[in-house]
Amino acid sequence: MSANPIPVKIVVAGGFAVGKTTFVSAISDIEPLTTEAAMTKVSEGIDDFGDAKTKKSTTVAMDFGRVGLSEELVLYLFGTPGQDRFHFMWDELVRGAIGAAVLVDTGRIDQCFPAIDYMENAGVPFIVAINAFDGMLRHHPEDVREALDLPRHVPVVVTDARHRAAVRDTLVALVRHAMTMANAV
Amino acid sequence: MTNPEPDALQGLRVRPYMVTGGRTRSAVELPLEAIIRVTPEGQKAVDSLNLEPRQIVDLCHQPLSIAEVSAHLRLHLQVAKVLVGDLVHAGYLATHTASADATDRPDLQLLERVLDGLQSL
Repeated sequence: MSANPIPVKIVVAGGFAVGKTTFVSAISDIEPLTTEAAMTKVSEGIDDFGDAKTKKSTTVAMDFGRVGLSEELVLYLFGTPGQDRFHFMWDELVRGAIGAAVLVDTGRIDQCFPAIDYMENAGVPFIVAINAFDGMLRHHPEDVREALDLPRHVPVVVTDARHRAAVRDTLVALVRHAMTMANAV
Repeated sequence: MTNPEPDALQGLRVRPYMVTGGRTRSAVELPLEAIIRVTPEGQKAVDSLNLEPRQIVDLCHQPLSIAEVSAHLRLHLQVAKVLVGDLVHAGYLATHTASADATDRPDLQLLERVLDGLQSL
């Protein structure tokens, strides 16, 4: 029996309805799947919230896809659950991840703030990918950088979540950035 | 409970959140992207297993991640992780990812391979 492939993962983050599942689906070998996690007794670290309201049972669904990169290498793409209260799941998603692509809809730029704050605080290599839904770029990438107050080293790219080639190029940009970060350590 | 006997796989009720006997951890802690596959021992033991462990072993004749197992069998992710951990501990499933303490980022060599793979898509 040949060895199992090595899994690697990339997190696809961003606000609600910014196109995360579309992005995953554009490049995944399989129809995106959904896994559910429960935020109840079976969830560790729940005390971190210190908020009684969050202690009721909540189910969070995550969409993900799979991209075979070679016989020995499989890339998993995990879309983050949108709402802030599901950040408990993000810890698990980013653990050991290559990094994160934070999708931005320039019409609702503030929606990506939680994702960017999280990735910065967690020290996860990330890039910002402006999803040009309609093929029209409403804001220049440097304007977006300024609006998000991003450090110079964080790449800002333009993507189109519907198109495989654009998604691939976005992932390439992220992996290159992760390599730069790894080199800098 | 940190050291479940393989027998625990046979004695559990099959009910959401009960199938792990209330445990939230297994002896083998795996990340959600860990890829698993059935072993010859697992193939031999499959008929003796309870419903969910048996479904997992049946599903993993091809290499699948824990996340995929969770999605296909509609098991909550944490439940799938515990059951898979038990099956790995029992020798019924093999995994490439040895442990869950993959807190480190992938190294440069692995990133190079990912980059090559993406660019050849």
